[in-house]
Amino acid sequence: MIRFEDIVVRHPGASTPAVAGVSFEVRRGAFTALAGPNGSGKSSIVAALLRRRALDRGRILLNDVDLADVERRDFARLVSVITQREDPAFALPVREYIALGRYPHRSVWRSAAIADSNAIDEAVALAEVEPLIDRATDQLSGGEWQRVRLARALAQGGEGIVLDEPSTFLDMSHEMAAFELLSRLARTGRAVLVVTHQLNLAARFADAMVILHKGKVAATGPIADVMRGSVLEPVYEWPLVVTHDPAIGAPAVFPLRRGR
Amino acid sequence: MSARSRFWLFAPLALALVATAAIMYGPVSIPAGDVWSALAGHGESSTVTIVRSLRLPRTVLAALVGAALAMAGSALQGSLRNPLAEPYLLGVSGGAATGAVIAVVAGVRGAAFIPLAAFAGALLAVFVVLILGRAAGGRSDGRVLLMGGVVVGAFANAAIMVTLATAPANEIRGALWWMMGSVSDADWRQVAWLAVYAGVAGAALVYAARDIDLLALGDDSAAALGLNVDRAGARIFLIASLLAAATVAAAGLVGFVGLVVPHLVRALGLRHHREGVLGSALVGAVLVITADLAARTLRAPAELPLGAVTALIGVPFFLSRLRRLA
Repeated sequence: MIRFEDIVVRHPGASTPAVAGVSFEVRRGAFTALAGPNGSGKSSIVAALLRRRALDRGRILLNDVDLADVERRDFARLVSVITQREDPAFALPVREYIALGRYPHRSVWRSAAIADSNAIDEAVALAEVEPLIDRATDQLSGGEWQRVRLARALAQGGEGIVLDEPSTFLDMSHEMAAFELLSRLARTGRAVLVVTHQLNLAARFADAMVILHKGKVAATGPIADVMRGSVLEPVYEWPLVVTHDPAIGAPAVFPLRRGR
Repeated sequence: MSARSRFWLFAPLALALVATAAIMYGPVSIPAGDVWSALAGHGESSTVTIVRSLRLPRTVLAALVGAALAMAGSALQGSLRNPLAEPYLLGVSGGAATGAVIAVVAGVRGAAFIPLAAFAGALLAVFVVLILGRAAGGRSDGRVLLMGGVVVGAFANAAIMVTLATAPANEIRGALWWMMGSVSDADWRQVAWLAVYAGVAGAALVYAARDIDLLALGDDSAAALGLNVDRAGARIFLIASLLAAATVAAAGLVGFVGLVVPHLVRALGLRHHREGVLGSALVGAVLVITADLAARTLRAPAELPLGAVTALIGVPFFLSRLRRLA
């Protein structure tokens, strides 16, 4: 659904590009994880998708149409994106905040329709944020805020959902719940792209993984092909082992202590 | 009753009350009943003249100035994501004052030209700020625009001081009076002009209110919700600045309305900018009508400068707000 073709993204004034020729595809009905060390270009790819950074080269295709030819609002109807950080200037009640996710579906003078209200209710239920609904956005913990943002993306709807480190600040159970929800969304036919540092969770829930290293794709493909010591060790520049616990049913990576 | 419904019930009522009071009180007090009949053209001819040709245009002008400044402030605080943003912080006032002072000192006579010079100065400042913002590489969360505005304002202040340093004393007095703000010269032509201006630009801000809501979330989130962030931000900045420039041309510098009123309105429960912009217009009108009434009655027959009275109300609020933000 979203295809990155050999994209190059450069920060203003930087000599080396943050993303140096990356190609991969986010398919409908699949959960794709995008991982890599700090500064490997993950968030720059999200910025390019939002057209907050211009492409030096390459192109991004949305359902085989060049993103440059897609109206911004049409893009927002097709793909909902949760960026890494968000700090509203003024607090809003949680429900009104989630309702902003319906912005791309509204015209200027039309106020909330029943479809909007249903989408919001559904998103609130899916993200399990009912208890927070009457709070203000500045009265939430870091984890609660992440879940409310996820609810806004769900209310926005569309065929694709892109999340930049959605599990930051989440405790163990909410982290699992978030990944289970995203994997469920993929099962129901949506294209899910998650930028994450949680390799082991990604290995359990994702269908495919893209590992970035210094702005290039170091490895991509099914989990079993990517979650290997020979792939990850040079990327993270740290000694590690990859094990396979039959009770979990997915490979898991453990960094070793360097001193021993 | 929710806080919002209370606001929409009481704010128009407050506006009607202070407007009536502003027409009743002055060197000659007029009972409320006579005000209403004079508005309809009945009663003593002197009363009708005072009401229809002096106090009514003055009150309406004060209302328009307050509404326009407060709408501009609401839009700027939201779109620049800065609770301390206001039109005067963004170079508008400095540019306008420079234009007016240069006109006064250059010996331009005639009431019509000084507002024009002020307007031209304000426009020049706004465009310099926008060009600075573009040259610095986009909006960058509004910070570049804000800093550009402050810098242009500082430059304008310096230009004013240099101009005044060499000007004759009587011209300095005229220029200073203008910089302190006043609606005492109000006439219907001026009112009509500002009404059209504030009406069109205010409607444009209400139309853009959803975009302001999104910009207040941050540029990345606004982009994710389908907004062309740079274009929307620049458009709102331009409309708000033009609105403020028009008030400066009509009434000189009336400080702190654009800063204080949007906070007040937010605290009263109007969180979305469509309501926020409209609510700010109402409260801004109430504040400036009240300030003008105080300015001309507290030390009568002397008249205090309007901009000073609004600032006397605004500064304590500003300081308490600063402490809460820190």
